[in-house]
Amino acid sequence: MVTGAPAWAVFPAGAALLGTALVGAVLDGALDRRWDRPLAEVVRLLRQRGRRTVAADQLLWRVGTAGPLVVALLMAVVVPVGGTVVADLPVGIVWFNAMDVVLWAVVWLAGWGPNSVHPLVGGYRFLAQALSYELPLMFALTAPAVAAQSLRVGEVAVAQRGLWYAVWMPVAFVVFVGSVAAFSMWGPFGYPVGRDAAGGVLAEAAGVDRLLLLAGRYALLAAGSGMAVALFLGGGAGPWLPGWAWTVVKTLVVLAALIVVRGRLPAVHPERLARIGWLVALPAVLAQVLVVSVVVVVRG
Amino acid sequence: MVQLALFCLFAVVAVASGVAVFRVDSMARATYALALSFVAVGAVLLLLDLAYLGVVTVLMMVMEMAIMAVFMIMFMMNPGGLMPMSMLHNKRGALALSAVVFLALGAGALLLPWPKRRGTAPADPTQAVGEALMGPKMLVMMGIGAVLFTTIVAALVLASAHGRYDHGPYDRGGSGARQPQDRTTAEDGT
Amino acid sequence: MTLELLLLLAAALFAVGLFGALSQQSVVMVMMGLELMLNGVIVAGAAFWYFLAPANADGQVLVLLVIAAMTVEMAMGFAVVTLLFRAKDVDTTDMAAELKR
Repeated sequence: MVTGAPAWAVFPAGAALLGTALVGAVLDGALDRRWDRPLAEVVRLLRQRGRRTVAADQLLWRVGTAGPLVVALLMAVVVPVGGTVVADLPVGIVWFNAMDVVLWAVVWLAGWGPNSVHPLVGGYRFLAQALSYELPLMFALTAPAVAAQSLRVGEVAVAQRGLWYAVWMPVAFVVFVGSVAAFSMWGPFGYPVGRDAAGGVLAEAAGVDRLLLLAGRYALLAAGSGMAVALFLGGGAGPWLPGWAWTVVKTLVVLAALIVVRGRLPAVHPERLARIGWLVALPAVLAQVLVVSVVVVVRG
Repeated sequence: MVQLALFCLFAVVAVASGVAVFRVDSMARATYALALSFVAVGAVLLLLDLAYLGVVTVLMMVMEMAIMAVFMIMFMMNPGGLMPMSMLHNKRGALALSAVVFLALGAGALLLPWPKRRGTAPADPTQAVGEALMGPKMLVMMGIGAVLFTTIVAALVLASAHGRYDHGPYDRGGSGARQPQDRTTAEDGT
Repeated sequence: MTLELLLLLAAALFAVGLFGALSQQSVVMVMMGLELMLNGVIVAGAAFWYFLAPANADGQVLVLLVIAAMTVEMAMGFAVVTLLFRAKDVDTTDMAAELKR
């Protein structure tokens, strides 16, 4: 049983999300043998001056810069930790999907705001990428909701007593984790922040702006990992430890897997990703939803 | 009381950003002002216990506006709004007509004797709409499905400059052969 | 919160959208106006559902129908604009009207 938390739980939940994101960043640095890189980077960026560009749209730029971190926090409020969740929305899964769509807007705005070529290229690349991963992601979210017969994330987590959804809906699980990497602009889906576009969306961001965008990226990975645990890996279920501890452990495992993958896979260009997304991932995940629906109907 | 205050806030945001769509010069701002208007309307739906419809409105409309911004900037002259200019025709007539429509609709809303509320809201409106769509209203859903599929085909036929087996200038050599820089990781590293 | 207040909001959104759809020259801006009008219809549909007949789901279905209509409108609108632009370099309604001559 998962219950909602009082309003003040927003603050520890936000701290937990940022802490998880920091762990991810430290691990990412450690893979390059510089575990202290995130901390050094935070100090450096806090002291660095922000950058001004000619005729920038300051309002939209600010929205785009703060956006990814805010979206990650809004995603995290529906992720249950053990037996509690900050916002026990009756349509938590749709909420998560809506926040992912808000990301389309804010990343594009982060690219549009500075009135500069490379960020704009990055923003357009992200939109093209989003069009490819969004539909497979939607149906990957549909599969656990159908199996649990609820759109409440907490109920989906509880419904997995006995058999984790990752075991019997592997396609949806893989597509979901891939989509988390895609909306975080991570690893093979890092083209919107690619080096060939001088850092893409990040190209003109300096100082606190850059810190916010980078932190937002790690926070998105963390929030997505938490959601993967709730939807596919049994939430807080596990022996010996309390529920919240299992949620944290599993989230960190998924996050670590995503972080390790970063430099090990080739980048996927958006136009090729469109083919993979629409011709491979979408039919596969639709077949997955069909299998899940048949199982649910047969079991009654 | 809190509900009324929240409703007033969202209503003001919805109308003000709706007006802003046609007042700002920058196309990016116009598009995202419209998106903000839809988000405020989604919040109003949440106030009416329509959790699913409210969130879905936000989802669909932000997605639509994100795509719309691309087309706005592609097709408008002066997309950045750096040179203020007017792109209106018959402004006075449009203003008069829409004012008349607003007064008529508003008068209807205030003066008509609306019937009493019949029944009470179900415990889970999401389930109610789902069961309606899969039961008595199934024809609506099937109609929407057919229309959406037709739309996809028709829009592609109209908009695509290429045929079935021609995927544009990026893909002349089929899907396999690509340049070697494909293999590098496009990661920023920091 | 009453039905009248919600309908006034719907009327305001509809009227603002109507102004945009009538006065804008650019085809995409006309579509923005249409979207805003449908935004008002969403509010009205939800208000009628909540305040008049919450027991059956007609109002909710209407809102879903409007959302679907908006996606269709946008997809077809952009397809036609893309076609017009590629064929004749036209992006405003006035220029499209002149094509008839």
